[in-house]
Amino acid sequence: MAVKRNMDPKKCPMPVQDPEVRRNNFDEVALGYTYEMAVNEAKRCLNCKHKPCRSACPVQIDIPAFIERVANEDIEGAYKIISESSSLPAVCGRVCPQENQCEGKCVRGIKAGCEAVGIGRLERFVADWHREHSTEKPEIPTPNGHKVAIIGAGPSGLTAAGDLAKLGYKVTIYEALHLAGGVLVYGIPEFRLPKIIVQKEIDNLKAIGVDVETNMVIGKVLTIDELFEMGNEAIYIGSGAGLPRFMNIPGESLKGVYSANEYLTRINLMKAYKEGSKTPIKHSKKVAVVGGGNVAMDAARSAKRMGAEEVYIVYRRGMEELPARKEEVEHAEEEGIIFKTLTNPIEVIGNEAGEVSGMKCVEMELGEPDASGRRRPIVKEGSEFVLEVDTMIMSIGTSPNPLIRSTTPGLETNKHGCIVTDGDDGLTTREGVYAGGDAVTGAATVILAMGAGKAAAKAIDKYIKEKNNKE
Amino acid sequence: MYKIVRKKELNPTVTLMEIEAPLIAKKAEPGQFIIFRAKEDSERVPLTIADFDREKGTVTIIFQIVGGATMELNTLNEGDSLHDFVGPLGQPSETEGLKKVAVVGGGVGCAIAYPIAKKLHHLGCEVHSIVGFRNKDLVILEDEFKAVSSKLCMMTDDGSYGTKGLVTNALEELIKDGNQYDEVIAIGPVIMMKFVAQLTKKYDIKTIVSMNPIMIDGTGMCGGCRLTVGGETKFACVDGPDFDGHLVDFDEAMHRGTMYRDFETHAREASCNLLSQEVK
Ligand SMILES: Cc1cc2nc3c(=O)[nH]c(=O)nc-3n(C[C@H](O)[C@H](O)[C@H](O)COP(=O)(O)OP(=O)(O)OC[C@H]3O[C@@H](n4cnc5c(N)ncnc54)[C@H](O)[C@@H]3O)c2cc1C
Ligand SMILES: Cc1cc2nc3c(=O)[nH]c(=O)nc-3n(C[C@H](O)[C@H](O)[C@H](O)COP(=O)(O)OP(=O)(O)OC[C@H]3O[C@@H](n4cnc5c(N)ncnc54)[C@H](O)[C@@H]3O)c2cc1C
Ligand code: SF4
Ligand code: SF4
Ligand code: FES
Repeated sequence: MAVKRNMDPKKCPMPVQDPEVRRNNFDEVALGYTYEMAVNEAKRCLNCKHKPCRSACPVQIDIPAFIERVANEDIEGAYKIISESSSLPAVCGRVCPQENQCEGKCVRGIKAGCEAVGIGRLERFVADWHREHSTEKPEIPTPNGHKVAIIGAGPSGLTAAGDLAKLGYKVTIYEALHLAGGVLVYGIPEFRLPKIIVQKEIDNLKAIGVDVETNMVIGKVLTIDELFEMGNEAIYIGSGAGLPRFMNIPGESLKGVYSANEYLTRINLMKAYKEGSKTPIKHSKKVAVVGGGNVAMDAARSAKRMGAEEVYIVYRRGMEELPARKEEVEHAEEEGIIFKTLTNPIEVIGNEAGEVSGMKCVEMELGEPDASGRRRPIVKEGSEFVLEVDTMIMSIGTSPNPLIRSTTPGLETNKHGCIVTDGDDGLTTREGVYAGGDAVTGAATVILAMGAGKAAAKAIDKYIKEKNNKE
Repeated sequence: MYKIVRKKELNPTVTLMEIEAPLIAKKAEPGQFIIFRAKEDSERVPLTIADFDREKGTVTIIFQIVGGATMELNTLNEGDSLHDFVGPLGQPSETEGLKKVAVVGGGVGCAIAYPIAKKLHHLGCEVHSIVGFRNKDLVILEDEFKAVSSKLCMMTDDGSYGTKGLVTNALEELIKDGNQYDEVIAIGPVIMMKFVAQLTKKYDIKTIVSMNPIMIDGTGMCGGCRLTVGGETKFACVDGPDFDGHLVDFDEAMHRGTMYRDFETHAREASCNLLSQEVK
């Protein structure tokens, strides 16, 4: 059905909580489109034949098709289209770096002063609508008699598990922590991704027969070889990249220096943000977060919400180079986070009690582009100064945890500790063992981790079928 | 799920629990630990695997009631279950090739030292155990240590039991008596381990200490448990908890251990109030 297009050059703005209010609570910042807003925004899509947006989505959602359904007010139909390619639309609609992916290629956004169609926002709307309105029970797949084990319950593992379960496999997910969800539950804060959404996805998996075994550190309690002995015919490793990096500058062991992982885990997974929580956390007054990615933004905004008066983002390149999503940077600025860019810490200063009292920094300037194509920061002579803070949160990256590689003979990893895989389907150097997500790529994105899970599920299905045909 | 099959009070502040955890029991080695949560909203807290029975599928923990989380654990009884119990975490203690070892335990650290002493004994190593407590009422595991040691020195701070003095006094005497130890294994309060390491440095005896920094995940994900060992940052939960005592920066570890003191005092009082209300 033809719809009357909406030729507004701008996307329909996302309703958000007022910054003055939200910086004191952990409720979701972006409130989501209303039905009218969604339908109206959907009408901005030109339904381009060559679908440039779709090719820029790592899981190739048929974007114009689902948006057309929204424009025609067939939201459930839109959901069906999205779910052919994505199993976590409510999550990706919220956290995908859309400006570099789908929306970055949208023809509506090419001309100066024009904005892309709000693809992510529409995806989120459709997923939320489905969750709230659909009464459909998930279909229970017919068992095919084969077993597969998944290590890690992050977006990658959950996606692989879901796809394999739908094909009839008996899937067990082994998760090291006491709760499934990976970074979605321990890292990304409630105000950006409500945990209830993640929980719902996990409940759906359980409903179709996936077993989720928490408190299972693979490599310690069971090894990959033992998982095979238990009758699993293939294994998918989606163990993420959770090992935090530090800067190796003096004073990093002072009280009040956190890794972003520790700070966010205490707040999210261990619920330190809730009144009366049993989890100890420092109630800081002045906080410096070192780094400029999504993780740094989350740590800074969480610190503000925990009551800090001044929160700095300390980043060695400029505003332009911040790797975080634009929307997150804007939200952080609105909430009063102070950006100290072109600044790099060289020492943490402590008081007699061994607590952080300041951070010695140098100013930087940008030189020639380096291997990554970004201009290399160089130290400005004689620019040393001390930033007075009582807490410092290191958010300069993570790498894959060595627990699995050190206990799995024959599993190759590269010099960064990432599991080596062959081609796109995630096959590792061990037969029957597949891997994907951050464990393979190093810290990346939810959608890439999910895409890797999907590709591996397909490859595992093929592998097991071929193997059993031969026998 | 992680059912408590046996609970025994060892002294007024130290409790032993034997817990059903067959997979962990199958893999556990001395020196490793578990992380538990007593209830759904509890903290994650590490405790050493004090013993295990592979056949029965049980793991024994011995804990001192020091704060909120351990108080909460102590409210559970035989037949109750723990909400979470994950392990075995950390590296097993190295016992290979040792012929004669002095095992030094301080307070509840004895619970951590005992399984190592036991394993060494079973491997045919000569074990001299030196255990120290503040006073007679706090003594734990005396018979157990006796059974696995060819020599047991019992020390108390106030002399109410055994010999009055510190574990370092006893250790120095044994060394001066001509005992040649391949290794000293010291487990107890950080301050005790620091002094043992200082002493053995003087005599140039290799010394292993078991560090117990604050932990959350226990899998190398948070970095909260980091220590400086020989100038390098190490994560106690995956690289340890055993480290070379002559390389550990004990002063830093002591500082870090007090990170949440105010919060803990508060939590302890809150738990006490809650518990006393439950009792009423
Ligand atoms: C604070 C923060 C904010 C982020 N923001 C964004 C964002 O806005 N947009 C975006 O696209 N991406 C974001 N990311 C990145 C994104 O979350 C990750 O790329 C994604 O979660 C990777 O998924 P994964 O499944 O590979 O691994 P993870 O999500 O890391 O999950 C791995 C799981 O495996 C478990 N595990 C590890 N080892 C073992 C073992 N030995 N045995 C059993 N289980 C094990 C872990 O406990 C964990 O649950 C953010 C990351 C962080 C930390
Ligand atoms: C590897 C390891 C093995 C351990 N083994 C044993 C054992 O076998 N028996 C035993 O009684 N104790 C053991 N501990 C110490 C035990 O974990 C703490 O006593 C416990 O966490 C206290 O919790 P709480 O809430 O009851 O007390 P709190 O009031 O929280 O704290 C009291 C004391 O415990 C320390 N502490 C608090 N939280 C932690 C934490 N998450 N990790 C480590 N220390 C913490 C505090 O710094 C403080 O000194 C071990 C610790 C580690 C790291
Ligand atoms: S999954 Fe991400 S990239 Fe793909 S359409 Fe949705 S928001 Fe865009
Ligand atoms: S590029 Fe933009 S306008 Fe074209 S189909 Fe995709 S979303 Fe619609
Ligand atoms: S407890 Fe988190 S890294 Fe050791």
